[in-house]
Amino acid sequence: MLQDLSLKFDKILKKVTGQGKLTEKNISDTIREIRRILLDADVNFKVTKEFIESVSIKAMGQEVLASLSPGQLLTKIFFDELVTLLGTENVSLKLNATGVTVIMVVGLQGSGKTTFCGKLANKLKGQGRKPLLVAADIYRPAAIEQLVALGDAISVPVFRLEEKDARKIARESVQEAIAKGHNTVIIDTAGRLHVDEALMKEIVDIKEIVQPQEILFVVDSMTGQDAVNSAKAFHDQVDFDGIVLTKMDGDAKGGCALSIRSVVGKPIKYISNGEKVDALEVFFPDRLASRILGKGDVVSLVEKVQSEFDESEAEELEEKLRKNKFDFEDFLKQIKMIKKMGSLSSIMAMIPGIPAQLKNANIDDNALVRIEAIIRSMTKEERMKPKILNGSRRSRIARGSGTSIQDVNRLVKQFGDMQTMMSRMTKRGGFR
Amino acid sequence: MKLFKNVNFDKLKESLSKTRDKIVNRITETISGKVKIDSEILDEIEEILLTSDIGFDTSYQIIEDVKKRLTGEKDRGEAAIMNIVKDVIYDLLISGGSRDEYQPAIETKKPFVILVIGINGVGKTTTIGKLAHNFKSSGLKVIIGAGDTFRVAANEQLEVWAQRAGVEIVKKDKGSDPSSVAYETVQTAVKGNYDVVIIDTAGRLHTKHNLMEELKKINRVIQKVVPNAPHETFLVLDGATGQNAVAQAQEFSSSVPITGLVITKLDGTAKGGAVIQICAKQKQPVRFIGVGEDIQDLQTFSPREFVNALFD
Repeated sequence: MLQDLSLKFDKILKKVTGQGKLTEKNISDTIREIRRILLDADVNFKVTKEFIESVSIKAMGQEVLASLSPGQLLTKIFFDELVTLLGTENVSLKLNATGVTVIMVVGLQGSGKTTFCGKLANKLKGQGRKPLLVAADIYRPAAIEQLVALGDAISVPVFRLEEKDARKIARESVQEAIAKGHNTVIIDTAGRLHVDEALMKEIVDIKEIVQPQEILFVVDSMTGQDAVNSAKAFHDQVDFDGIVLTKMDGDAKGGCALSIRSVVGKPIKYISNGEKVDALEVFFPDRLASRILGKGDVVSLVEKVQSEFDESEAEELEEKLRKNKFDFEDFLKQIKMIKKMGSLSSIMAMIPGIPAQLKNANIDDNALVRIEAIIRSMTKEERMKPKILNGSRRSRIARGSGTSIQDVNRLVKQFGDMQTMMSRMTKRGGFR
Repeated sequence: MKLFKNVNFDKLKESLSKTRDKIVNRITETISGKVKIDSEILDEIEEILLTSDIGFDTSYQIIEDVKKRLTGEKDRGEAAIMNIVKDVIYDLLISGGSRDEYQPAIETKKPFVILVIGINGVGKTTTIGKLAHNFKSSGLKVIIGAGDTFRVAANEQLEVWAQRAGVEIVKKDKGSDPSSVAYETVQTAVKGNYDVVIIDTAGRLHTKHNLMEELKKINRVIQKVVPNAPHETFLVLDGATGQNAVAQAQEFSSSVPITGLVITKLDGTAKGGAVIQICAKQKQPVRFIGVGEDIQDLQTFSPREFVNALFD
């Protein structure tokens, strides 16, 4: 019913204002721009296409209750959907309270696995766990030395073997952890291309051997369109549990995170920036969403909407309209809200019905000020029961608000018309 | 003297076969069986270009060029359109200065100084190892400067590559001034009559101002020993990088003059778009590509062969 009512309002608005409504042209412009933004941010082409299609369909059915331009409204919708898709909350690691927890770190070459392993060990150590780092990258020259040096720097022991057998290293590292009382094992595997069958087999085997609680896929935030291929290949092989996004301290938009999320559906668990051991952050989807959309005004727009446009108030308003209990008190509330938004066209959006009655009237900012002054000069009782407004009350209100009695009469009349219209609408179930 | 004889086109084709599948086969699918090219087909080409990281602007530039060249063409068959797309991309590569016949001008300068720069994890050290191997195999006396004094175990990693290539290395303790490493390496090269000097640098994000300043300093210090050096400054880019590669090329070249690009990790799935984009936008030539883990897996970049490998 409420939804239905909103649609009716929408119709009126479209008829009356000629703006503040989602015309196909308006939407297509914004969609084209958003498509470009997403592609430039390295969101995969197919993901971009599907995302835009699904969001557009949703947006087309939306009512125009927010005091925004169509483009702004649509951008806001895209932003919200982006946040939802990126994951609404941070998902922490699955760490066993007792026994040994094994965390396996996988990814392409140069994505930042070894550095991340050091940081993760440092973080978990800070949380009171006893980590053991495992140097299982037997291919890259000095990878083991790198991990050993990182371990030294944070005073976390590193398990290593002279033998170049990653499977054996993994197996024995868990035994070592049990023997030496470590409750967390972090295995740094070698970087590998997802098309390298032999090396992909290696991590599948290691997974089988150590049965990790967590497998983390480390990905460079600068990765382009190919991110979906590599992530999917890793996911198909080892079914990783979470994503670590690195090098976000550069200026890459990080759109690949969206691609990967939508392809594998696993949460982004950490942001790993820089080489300092404490540079490990939890993930905030809204930050990444605004980074991907890439506009300062998107963020401020969203903030504006979130602070000014109270969803529940809007619903309350609808409810009141439906029950024909919309009074001057509500009207005033709406005007305040509108003034905060700073746009006169907002009247049309926030107070549906009014424009239909005022379609020929020129509403300017002064009119709004006058209306507010008039309502403010009413007593509470008058605001709630406009019917009691007799001649002497109206004359008092006109004096108090610095307006003429005609102004007051007009407002009361228009308000009455609106209420009548509302009640007709609710009784009949809508306009034709 | 012909350097880098190891260019193996079969291997190049093989490693680019996925790219080829993506770009060419899909264009073929799109175009085959249709007599005349219409906007729908061009839209499909757009999709294909975009999924190859060629980027929004460059993709449109290519499409516009193809459209333009098609207007005078009577033959709008598949093969003709393929050739036009091919030519357009080839021209973009050439416009950046990439050349089939590229040779580092080793004979003209001694020592010939090469500076290798790039962000973290793109494969600088590996590229240096491969470069050193190639120069050494050509009978040249090579020395490497371990200028990444920042990352843990960077020295050790480069040392392994130096050993593999059989070349000398100058290194200092972690945390030393990289400029002093560069200085010492170049000085050793002059005194020891070396042909080629390759200076490694720490990976740095192009957005870190102080680290970019450090690069300038390295450049200045090298010039104190050998004026006009470095003779080549190679920016190493990860082949899997998306649109940010353009920003990297822009930012690095605004701090030190880049003379060529090296694109690594092209042995994975479908890449190469970044190459085209950077050549077109920044007029930078691509000099080498990395197509594997082995020491011989560095190839001189040949735009003709590159395009041919894509479209064969």
